[in-house]
Amino acid sequence: MRNPLKDPLDRRLQKIAGPSGLILFGVTGDLARKKLLPAIYDLANRGLLPPAFSLVGFARRDWSNSDFENFVRESIRSNARTHWSESVWSQLAKGIRFVSGNHDNPLAFAELRRVVQDLDSERGTAGNHTFYLSVPPRDFPLVITHLQDSGLANANSGQFRRVVIEKPFGSDLDSAKTLNAVVERVFPPDSVFRIDHYLGKETVQNILALRFANQLFEPIWNSKFIDHVQITMAEDIGISGRAGYYDGIGAARDVIQNHLLQLLALTAMERPESFEPTQLRESKENVLAQTKPPTNLGLHTSRGQYAGGWQGGEKVLGYLEEEGISPASNTETYAALRLDIDNSRWRGTPFYLRTGKRLGRRVTEIAVVFKRPEHALFGRQAVSQLGENALVIRVQPNEGVTIRFGSKVPGPAMQVRDVTMDFAYGHAFTEDSPEAYERLILDVLLGEPPLFPRQREVELSWEILDPVVEAWSKQKVIEQYTPGSWGPDSANQMMSIDGRSWRRP
Amino acid sequence: MIVELRQTTTAQVAKKLQELRESGGVVSLGRVLSLIVETDVQDLEQAVETANSASKLHPSRIIVIAKNTEEKTWLDAEIRVGGDAGASEVVILRANNEVLQNIESLVSGLLLPDAPIVAWWPTSAPVNLGRSSIGMMAGRRITDSARQENPVRFLKELARNYRPGDGDAAWTRITLWRSQLAAVYEAHVDQEVVQAKVFGSADSPSAHLLAAWLGLKLGTRVSLDSTSNADQVSGIRGVEIELSSGRISMTRKNQTVTIDQPGQPISAGLLPPRSDLDCLVEDLRFLGEDEIYAEILLKGLAHDNEGS
Repeated sequence: MRNPLKDPLDRRLQKIAGPSGLILFGVTGDLARKKLLPAIYDLANRGLLPPAFSLVGFARRDWSNSDFENFVRESIRSNARTHWSESVWSQLAKGIRFVSGNHDNPLAFAELRRVVQDLDSERGTAGNHTFYLSVPPRDFPLVITHLQDSGLANANSGQFRRVVIEKPFGSDLDSAKTLNAVVERVFPPDSVFRIDHYLGKETVQNILALRFANQLFEPIWNSKFIDHVQITMAEDIGISGRAGYYDGIGAARDVIQNHLLQLLALTAMERPESFEPTQLRESKENVLAQTKPPTNLGLHTSRGQYAGGWQGGEKVLGYLEEEGISPASNTETYAALRLDIDNSRWRGTPFYLRTGKRLGRRVTEIAVVFKRPEHALFGRQAVSQLGENALVIRVQPNEGVTIRFGSKVPGPAMQVRDVTMDFAYGHAFTEDSPEAYERLILDVLLGEPPLFPRQREVELSWEILDPVVEAWSKQKVIEQYTPGSWGPDSANQMMSIDGRSWRRP
Repeated sequence: MIVELRQTTTAQVAKKLQELRESGGVVSLGRVLSLIVETDVQDLEQAVETANSASKLHPSRIIVIAKNTEEKTWLDAEIRVGGDAGASEVVILRANNEVLQNIESLVSGLLLPDAPIVAWWPTSAPVNLGRSSIGMMAGRRITDSARQENPVRFLKELARNYRPGDGDAAWTRITLWRSQLAAVYEAHVDQEVVQAKVFGSADSPSAHLLAAWLGLKLGTRVSLDSTSNADQVSGIRGVEIELSSGRISMTRKNQTVTIDQPGQPISAGLLPPRSDLDCLVEDLRFLGEDEIYAEILLKGLAHDNEGS
């Protein structure tokens, strides 16, 4: 029956999830401390958490409930974006529990089950629970098996069980399938939420508005007008203590497989029939299925490792000198490749993707570079300083959109030069707009999947990347690049053989 | 940076704004709307602060018209940009009634070209928003009935003079209440509603609007109970919905709402009070007509008055 209080015309009404609890595995990790716990508090502070909301932490530490409470409180105080309120906290704290145990200890899971049942009867979480696995993928099988064996994964009718997993979703197509088999053996596909925090960002969602709500861009959004597209995610830092996770994974698997291919899909997909999750995902899947890795991998890919040296006034270690990294490591910290999309819209317009650590600055952007006009109305001299028109979607930082076009230089001669038109949706957008994790946690509690990639997308992404990573693994040497630069020489070569160059973001 | 212009005109103010932009120093972000604020001199700083903070999410040019009671018949202006204006540019125009006679002429030279205009009266407001000189220019008019001398009578005036684009912070203030109610009621939609009750102060326009909304949407009689446990209540204290087989009751104390509903243990959630800033930010998100508000104001409120 329709809820008369939820009028579809009522745009103000905020969606509030029904009663439910969140069980967080790996609660002492960096992600939980810096992002998840603060996001939960921020949701509470905005009045968006369900009434009976409860939070159960599960970790190895030998903690009491109150030790855990202090830990949560500290994480919130140092990382939440909304102001501290004692009464919000004390309300939230009433639903906080802790279960101590290893991921392989059935007794701990039995205890967890008891705690969860108590919450149902004491707090009214109504048998609805979400398991958030913020743990290394190698622990997934253990945790999920125990969730099943302890009976925690079983929901009665009218209740839900959901599971949230973080990247990496495997390290190649085969391991992604194996991992998924483990998860989907216990949880049905529509109860599995794969978090890619990039998709929670306002700017990323804005790609859809920019493309499909305007008449200005979509008509020229094809190979007739667009020369090529560059998608960049650059970091200025090194691996900063994540050696254990990063070594053996590398830049391509860490970033290109998920974030950059998702950005590519949103930029290149056909207009979905509607914003219904199924149709949105179908559009993305279709374009990913048509995306092909380069035929000549040597020519159109590039990889490298950052060397040591001075970066921006600071002396930094090279990748091979970082603690925990083997001096013989073959893992790339920079990866770039050309992809081609085999459909009528994009045939002839390559997409160039690059990511790396210790690059010139921290920036994520999509640059759509247009072709030059065919006519020769202006003499060679007049347009010698004119580049290609470009539309740049800045994902972070300084979220917004820039358009680059030519304009006459004031003066007697006809000189045309690049100028930019810039839109920044408020420089404090990052400060006051919901952090990506808030949006995603809320969507998980509501059971709304459009922002979460499903397994098919994950597999298609691996199909694109696998041949590249496999070819790289056979290379004995890996190019070094200067810290603070824009990557190895081969990155520039792969562009120059196509007669193009990377833009300076 | 704050620039004061004594005995000035709109044209001079506009010229100075342009100069400030060109002389560097002042970064111009993409502004999405012009916000005209009408206020008294004593409420000025509070209003500017709220508008400035809201501009972080909705970059805007803020034009404040502050009426003073001074004898001098000229216009004083103040421009705030950069660090003193958040993500906005603020122009404050101070003058007495005589100088403010033709407000449109004062403001139009300062509006952003082609951007939506929002009028905001943080405190006292004209009874007929759409006919006021600022209201006629704006596509969206935001007032706060709770800040008027007689809030309930003001609500009736709002209803009588309603035009698409009108809005009321007293309505925005209950968005969280409404969201929570809609979420809680979700589990009981198959039950018949017998009657409902809003516990709240009789002079709280928000309480009247909430009762009107519930009454209209649930199609039931909703009464407003201004006494609760013999205590006078201020604002909204709680809501009760009587169903054919039990009762949903939500009671707020401080920031916490206790929810008692059939078939479930008593639970508690958060219902933090909303600041003027929260309300303004929400209102600026939805330009154009607020159809649900119109429906409640025009149909629901009449219903509510007959009922009680």
